Amino acid sequence: MTDEHNLIEKVRIMDAARIDRALSRLASEIVEENQGVQDLYLVGIRRRGVPLAERIAEKIKTLEGALPYLGSLDITLYRDDLSTVGASPIVNRTELEVDIEDKNIVLVDDVLYTGRTIRAALDQLMDFGRPKKVRLAVLIDRGREHRELPIHADFIGKTVPTKKSEIIKVMLKEFDGEEGVGIFERAE
Amino acid sequence: MDKFKRKDLLGIKDLSAEEIKIILQVAETFREVSRRDVKKVPTLRGKTVINLFFEPSTRTRTSFELAAKRLSADAVNISTSTSSLAKGETILDMAKNLDAMAPHVIVVRHSSAGVPHQLAKASRASIVNAGDGSNEHPTQALLDAMTIYEHKGRIEGLRVAILGDILHSRVARSNVYLLTKLGAEVCVAGPNTLIPQDFQHLVENGLTICPSIESAIQDADVVMVLRIQKERMNEAFFPTMREYSIHYGLTKERLKLAKPDAIVLHPGPMNRGVEIASDVADGSSSLILNQVEYGLAVRMAVLYLLTGGED
Amino acid sequence: MRLLISGGHLIDPAEGENSGKNVLIEDGKVKAWLNQHEPIPEDVEVFDATGMIVAPGFIDLHVHLREPGQEHKETIATGAAAAVAGGFTSICCMPNTNPVNDNAAITRFIIEQGNRAGLANVFPIGAITKGSEGNELAEMGEMRSAGIVAVSDDGRPVPNAGIMRRAMEYAKDFDLTVVDHCEDKSLSAGGVMHEGKWSLRLGLKGMPALAEDLDAFRDVLLAELTGAKVHIAHISTKGAIEAVRLAKQKGLKVTCEVTPHHFTLTDAAVEGYNTNAKMSPPLRSEEHLEAVLEAIKDGTIDAIATDHAPHHPDEKNLEFDRAPFGIIGLETAVGLAFKQLVHTGIIDLVRLVEMFSTNPAKIFNLEGRGTLRPGAIADVTIIDPDLEWTYKVENTRSKSKNTPFDGWTFQGAVIATIVGGKIVYHRDRF
Repeated sequence: MTDEHNLIEKVRIMDAARIDRALSRLASEIVEENQGVQDLYLVGIRRRGVPLAERIAEKIKTLEGALPYLGSLDITLYRDDLSTVGASPIVNRTELEVDIEDKNIVLVDDVLYTGRTIRAALDQLMDFGRPKKVRLAVLIDRGREHRELPIHADFIGKTVPTKKSEIIKVMLKEFDGEEGVGIFERAE
Repeated sequence: MDKFKRKDLLGIKDLSAEEIKIILQVAETFREVSRRDVKKVPTLRGKTVINLFFEPSTRTRTSFELAAKRLSADAVNISTSTSSLAKGETILDMAKNLDAMAPHVIVVRHSSAGVPHQLAKASRASIVNAGDGSNEHPTQALLDAMTIYEHKGRIEGLRVAILGDILHSRVARSNVYLLTKLGAEVCVAGPNTLIPQDFQHLVENGLTICPSIESAIQDADVVMVLRIQKERMNEAFFPTMREYSIHYGLTKERLKLAKPDAIVLHPGPMNRGVEIASDVADGSSSLILNQVEYGLAVRMAVLYLLTGGED
Repeated sequence: MRLLISGGHLIDPAEGENSGKNVLIEDGKVKAWLNQHEPIPEDVEVFDATGMIVAPGFIDLHVHLREPGQEHKETIATGAAAAVAGGFTSICCMPNTNPVNDNAAITRFIIEQGNRAGLANVFPIGAITKGSEGNELAEMGEMRSAGIVAVSDDGRPVPNAGIMRRAMEYAKDFDLTVVDHCEDKSLSAGGVMHEGKWSLRLGLKGMPALAEDLDAFRDVLLAELTGAKVHIAHISTKGAIEAVRLAKQKGLKVTCEVTPHHFTLTDAAVEGYNTNAKMSPPLRSEEHLEAVLEAIKDGTIDAIATDHAPHHPDEKNLEFDRAPFGIIGLETAVGLAFKQLVHTGIIDLVRLVEMFSTNPAKIFNLEGRGTLRPGAIADVTIIDPDLEWTYKVENTRSKSKNTPFDGWTFQGAVIATIVGGKIVYHRDRF
């Protein structure tokens, strides 16, 4: 994992208000496409996708008066880079209380980069059943040029073109004690 | 905190309380996996697990095999009661031969203590001890701990009685190490011939030898009964199975001495009517079958943690 | 041929000698002691032993040479080579070869092989019972005539007290010392290490100290009954030491030896299932080690013997339960004695020589050895007490490499070994 201490923040691209506005827009785009909350199932990818999914769900409730189904995925067991991630990480729970069969799934994650996390999430999702369709919502899309798999986001909070050497960090109060999105670079 | 950096799992003796908790925590996740419709995850795809069993054991071997398969690893079983070592092959030869097949994990059970340790020194693969002589059986202790956690919510401060053949029991040793590391009070009892003299010195604190089965069970939260082997009779450790069951077996009457909500564990296979009465084994306190499910989760966790990362 | 060992410090406890002396050797015997200011005689080869200790040749009462029968572990020639490299001029080899040395033909074969090697003196020890099976007495008289120096069923101690009594009585007729490996196997059967805290921790079957104690007390009582010379091999327990102490108080002809590993290591060395820490008697606990050191200090223990027991790596690389007992020890004995006994102040150099040479010669009645008095056989061990060195088993002269002491550093090294006036080992030359 990234060594937190060696990162220097270059620029702050979002603050709490902008994150909130982006999530509101994602919520309305999602219900727009789904035409309501019928069979809508938001699935957050651990860790930061989970609170983002919850927030979007709340906003949908405000818009539509009803909550979509909510779930979470831990993709650790489906990663393709298990032996390069360093000492084994802890696996968190995957929670899909409601059957995903024939549902309209929206995967929610904080950053879309290489696409590998989404590949793992899709694989895991398929082991749980056969959804009607699967969409992807992300707060930040780092741009097509970084993609290593044919995966794209359907709902995007903000597209941020970045260099490979840069690191995008989404900070949420649940984990980081603050809200914001910044571009970081490793200190030399 | 979220790191587990060992190459091998040779015993509980050398693990820290922290490491034990990590294994148990990960095992909890794998229990969830086992409840899915698709009980298989691709985590260890392309990895090979060799189950090398020099002692017959259907249960433990099956459990490890299933654990490997549910993680999508390729599991190869080598079961042999007359070991190839008997033909003059050394531990070193065997390690080199197996290494040539490039397995990621070798799960080994052997009647001689220390074989996993010897293999670990000679092999590049991760070695998991599935029971070595009278030394250790770490995954059994882990699954026992998981069972206790699940039903008692904690281990710290619990009173655990371990009854029977302590002298020859690897299960007893691994459990004593684990339970005392996590803060339980362990009392062992059994025929004096089967309780090593200095056993309380096995660990620094938390372990006592009780003068009788009854005093060990008194107020216990957990009663763990060990399997008694018939061979011990011929070695003059006790006269007859009948006498053993009368004086040292766990009966309903004796179990009444324990706390009302006490749970009963047995590593299996049981000698019903000898070390444990049938009505106790099948009674409401008995969690013997639950142990099987936990065993699978614990073994998945161990395989995952040992192969999941390379430093 | 004359050889003068000049400039050294002569320690010969049998003669009460402990001072600077030159030793003149002629025709394989000690010719004279010369004061160091006297002029060097003519026509002598001079061995400069300045700063070194000159001692009567060290004698190892207890080695296993594996020939005949297990030459892949050791031969008499390789064993003798390791012996002289370790400072031993004489080695006494146990009869547990294949076949067992229980008859004069085998005895003669061993002596012949020893002579052929031309290094250390090789003195065979005969079996007490035929095939060391503990049933019928072996032909001790015939073996004595052929050259044995003692009898023993080492490793397979005579379990039957009645037979042991007869053996002692009979051995007395031939002035043979009876050497016993004290172990009541009804208590130790199946055991692979000392029974105690560590056997418990490692899950290995223990051999209780009591197994050794019981046999030692039995032997002491039998020695009292029979008046025989009894030597307790590789003593390792507090109880066995008590038995010997008792015997000595009673004035019995009971002696004992200790191995360097028993005065150096404890059963903690087995941790990690190191088969090079598996021996019989096993490495004991701290308590016994302390008793051993005390007994070395107070003289209860007479001699240091190695119990050199070579085993092929293929045998030692087995499961701990199945690996054979024993380690090699000829090349590390002197280093370990310095490290554990001399540098710690437990014994002085005089006592060191006594334990390695004077006493062993007495215990097996080795006439003309264990002293450098004029007229004695010129077996000499020359030691530099200050030289630091590291033992590397890859360079051992033994055929086997089973030692727990590989890589250990010592202060006190054998510089040369002289057997019958001939330099058979020199640290810097060969």
